[in-house]
Amino acid sequence: MDEGRIVKVSGPLVIAEGMGNAKMYDVVRVSDKRLIGEIIEMRGDRASIQVYEETAGLGPGEPVYTTGEALSVELAPGLIEAIYDGIQRPLDEIKDRVGDRIERGIELPGIDHERKWHFQPRVAPGDSVEPGDILGVVQETTVVEHRIMVPHGVRGTVRDIKEGEFTVVDVVATVETSDGVKDITMLTRWPVRRGRPYAEKLAPYAPLVTGQRIIDMFFPVAKGGAACVPGPFGSGKTVVQHQLARWADSDIIVYVGCGERGNEMTEVLMDFPELTDPRTGEPLMKRTTLVANTSDMPVAAREASIYTGITIAEYFRDMGYNVALMADSTSRWAEALREISGRLEEMPGEEGYPAYLGSRIAEFYERAGRVKCLGTDGREGTLTAIGAVSPPGGDLSEPVAQATLRVAKVFWGLDATLAARRHFPAINWLISYSLYLERLEEQLSKTVATDFGDLRKEAMQLLQEEAELEEIVRLVGIDALSIKDRLSLETSKSIREDFLHQNAYHEVDTYTSLNKQRLMLKAILDFHHSALNAVEAGVHFDAVMKLEVRDNIARMKYIPEHEDERLNSVFREMKAAFAGLTQAGEGEEVA
Amino acid sequence: MLKEYRTVSEVAGPLMVVEQVEGIKYGELVEIEVSKDEIRRGRVLEADGSKALVQLFEGSAGLNLATAKVRFLGRGIELGVSMDMLGRVFDGFGRPRDGGPQIIPEKKVDINGNPINPYARDYPSEFIQTGISAIDGLNTLVRGQKLPIFSGSGLPHAALAAQIARQARVLGTDEKFSVVFGAMGITFEEADYFISDFRRTGAIERAVLFVNLADDPAIERISTPRMALTAAEYLAFEKDMHVLVILTDITNYAEALREVSAARMEVPGRRGYPGYMYTDLASMYERAGRIKGRKGSITQIPILTMPEDDKTHPIVDLTGYITEGQILLARELHRKGIYPPIDVLPSLSRLKDKGIGDGKTREDHADTMNQLYAAYARGKDAKELAAILGEAALSEDDKRFSKFADEFEMRYVNQGLEENRTIEQTLDLGWELLTLLPVRELKRIREEYIEKYLPDTRPA
Repeated sequence: MDEGRIVKVSGPLVIAEGMGNAKMYDVVRVSDKRLIGEIIEMRGDRASIQVYEETAGLGPGEPVYTTGEALSVELAPGLIEAIYDGIQRPLDEIKDRVGDRIERGIELPGIDHERKWHFQPRVAPGDSVEPGDILGVVQETTVVEHRIMVPHGVRGTVRDIKEGEFTVVDVVATVETSDGVKDITMLTRWPVRRGRPYAEKLAPYAPLVTGQRIIDMFFPVAKGGAACVPGPFGSGKTVVQHQLARWADSDIIVYVGCGERGNEMTEVLMDFPELTDPRTGEPLMKRTTLVANTSDMPVAAREASIYTGITIAEYFRDMGYNVALMADSTSRWAEALREISGRLEEMPGEEGYPAYLGSRIAEFYERAGRVKCLGTDGREGTLTAIGAVSPPGGDLSEPVAQATLRVAKVFWGLDATLAARRHFPAINWLISYSLYLERLEEQLSKTVATDFGDLRKEAMQLLQEEAELEEIVRLVGIDALSIKDRLSLETSKSIREDFLHQNAYHEVDTYTSLNKQRLMLKAILDFHHSALNAVEAGVHFDAVMKLEVRDNIARMKYIPEHEDERLNSVFREMKAAFAGLTQAGEGEEVA
Repeated sequence: MLKEYRTVSEVAGPLMVVEQVEGIKYGELVEIEVSKDEIRRGRVLEADGSKALVQLFEGSAGLNLATAKVRFLGRGIELGVSMDMLGRVFDGFGRPRDGGPQIIPEKKVDINGNPINPYARDYPSEFIQTGISAIDGLNTLVRGQKLPIFSGSGLPHAALAAQIARQARVLGTDEKFSVVFGAMGITFEEADYFISDFRRTGAIERAVLFVNLADDPAIERISTPRMALTAAEYLAFEKDMHVLVILTDITNYAEALREVSAARMEVPGRRGYPGYMYTDLASMYERAGRIKGRKGSITQIPILTMPEDDKTHPIVDLTGYITEGQILLARELHRKGIYPPIDVLPSLSRLKDKGIGDGKTREDHADTMNQLYAAYARGKDAKELAAILGEAALSEDDKRFSKFADEFEMRYVNQGLEENRTIEQTLDLGWELLTLLPVRELKRIREEYIEKYLPDTRPA
């Protein structure tokens, strides 16, 4: 192991000399405290090192050791239900070892090397295998089957493989390759800054169903897509991210808390084992991996946490799963980049951010996608990336938001005014967009109902119209509007309050299936059509507005899933109510 | 014997460079002997070969390059903690300023602390009754939360913070909060207001005060909140106390941070504040919380005066991203004579949902809270409309909402400086105000609660 000497310490940046043999992005151990760092610049034999732990107490003259390896994560059974810091050290074990606070210089493997797993082979001796082929499986949790793949660079014939209890470092199979026999363990390592390879990238086509009405109905994201949630503080970014992590119909969730509040991670840790997945009936934690680098933890590890998270996500994608990664918040990651860049005395770009900010953000989101995985079976996996952005003052013109908008295909713009009215999720329907709409429409009309797209279009039109009409009302008052326009206003109000507004903390309202979403929106629009007809037939506007069935429409969100009868009865009541009205209306005319 | 250096080569603003030093460590504490009887303190900001860049806490006035003697103490800044701290007033660097004796420390603790392992945190969920309706009813505070007050110059944030410190209780117990008070660059009068209030109510017996006044060294402010939090952590996690930490004024703290950053000629972020301000503020705010298996808790109430009442100012903005909500004071309400002038719409407590409801406050709390918010927002809209088009342009419903908004401000938000409302009083008051509205508009409340709690008096 090579040894250098520290010459300068400035915050998380350490400069060491005598590092001629080290490579860029090598992991190093700094001082005898063995703090973990990574080389981010080399000049002659001087290396600039970003240190992933607090550097107080370090000084010139202390040693630096290179490990010769890039920053990597361990990939093996044991990832699910884990909670890691930014460089994949298990936080639960850190607590066991050193107590409530994170001390420095702790070296712990990301995966438990002692624990035994039951390995079941999927190939037999004599089978020929190539990278990505599934050698066998381990039932990691009740819902996740961990597929052990042939590592990259290994191709040949299986010589030996057996079922049994193994640790992740035991040899489970041997493969005869052109350069000799290779031992295969369940554990592999992968450098986090390099995307994992796949056979082919494909266009996404299926929606990620989240149970969040405004998202699924108006601004859906595809499995394998990239979405961003920018918003000022207090607008509910984290609640949106948590809701997606809870209810998205993904096989695996990787949640990265990057430079955010400690209590938010605690909330996930407490809630997820309690909440059940609506699809499997098992606790949500059984499909979740957490990476938590809270805002008081070292800033350099925050920079790494995003990569640690996405590498773990790619690993599961390669097994052929649908994986969703939530990163909250990418702005904190960008700020970590900025801090390190400032310490390196690089020439700053906009607002002090380094000039390469845009390309780093693009690289990150581009690791999302639907792919044909390596391996002979041609299985497909998807990785959906959803990043929160925290623009200063909610101003989207800042560099991180702008760079993100250039690459993310879905934009859920959070709005402080909506949040102040406690309209949650505070996604502004007028500024948000999804570029997956057309692509997903086909799939949705097949799986849900053919009118899915039409309902959305009509509702969106009404909401647009509302924005314009409100302008007029503000200038000249409500009386200046025609009855038809007033009806449009009432209907869009109903869309907003009864459909778009969704209470994440209400036991029923927190998740709505696509089918129920469609029924709810259909009820609102059916009422609109019937009301239009009634008013045209001479019924008084106020009489329509006073119909009790409107309350029932408003309360549809609280009707539990699968109580279809109660949902359907709203439509019958509506029919009856309007029938009553027109008869009474005719009566009046006669009188 | 520590080595003494007389090799100060440069002093500029709050920074000093010492050359030809050996064995210095990043972050260590430095003593500078300016003259025989004056010793100042500093901290190593950068260790570059044999050169040390030192941040001076007490300014550079009177410092002579040739005669100044510098000692590196080989440790970070520490605070000696003991139970004797209670009832005492210290300066921003932890030295007694009340004329009392030095305390004999039980132990010395580095003021920077280590980050709390998120896995070791316990989720804050115990309701704190502050006796203030706008907080208890709508922006509920829980034990272990960090909830700042965003104020402006001339607004009664000090009175509000003192009232919270005075009245805060956890329901069902008589247990009182200990108060740790950290003052950064506030005026003597403001500090005196708190100290006298603590004395008057006897709270001083369970309070520790760290006071850096407006005319005290500005750079010292960088260590003041950390002193306060170190004391709080000792009381909370080692002595099982529930501690309320009031930090005022974060704006002055951030300005001290900017001064150091500017002197180092760092690339500035927004408005000249350093790019690492988020991280720096977070390292303070995140020290609030609860830890599994420990009885005590730290609840933080930092106070910020927003420059020009601007919510998007970097100090306010970054704070809002770290803290768990905010209590926003509004000048408009203050002018109307409403105390506390809490603007409930942009105010928020992120942890309220875990602290309210059946068994904590009352089952109807969440629903009525949402309804009051929505109704007040609509009422304010209606009033805005009426201001342009006249009262006559409002629909019947809108008129009711507009009346509701007025009553809500006057009766719910507004209360006396000494008025301590129980949570039941607050919730009942909410229901009373909701009778001003038609029942069919109460969409956010479950029907069963409407039947159970809504008073019978219907509007004509």
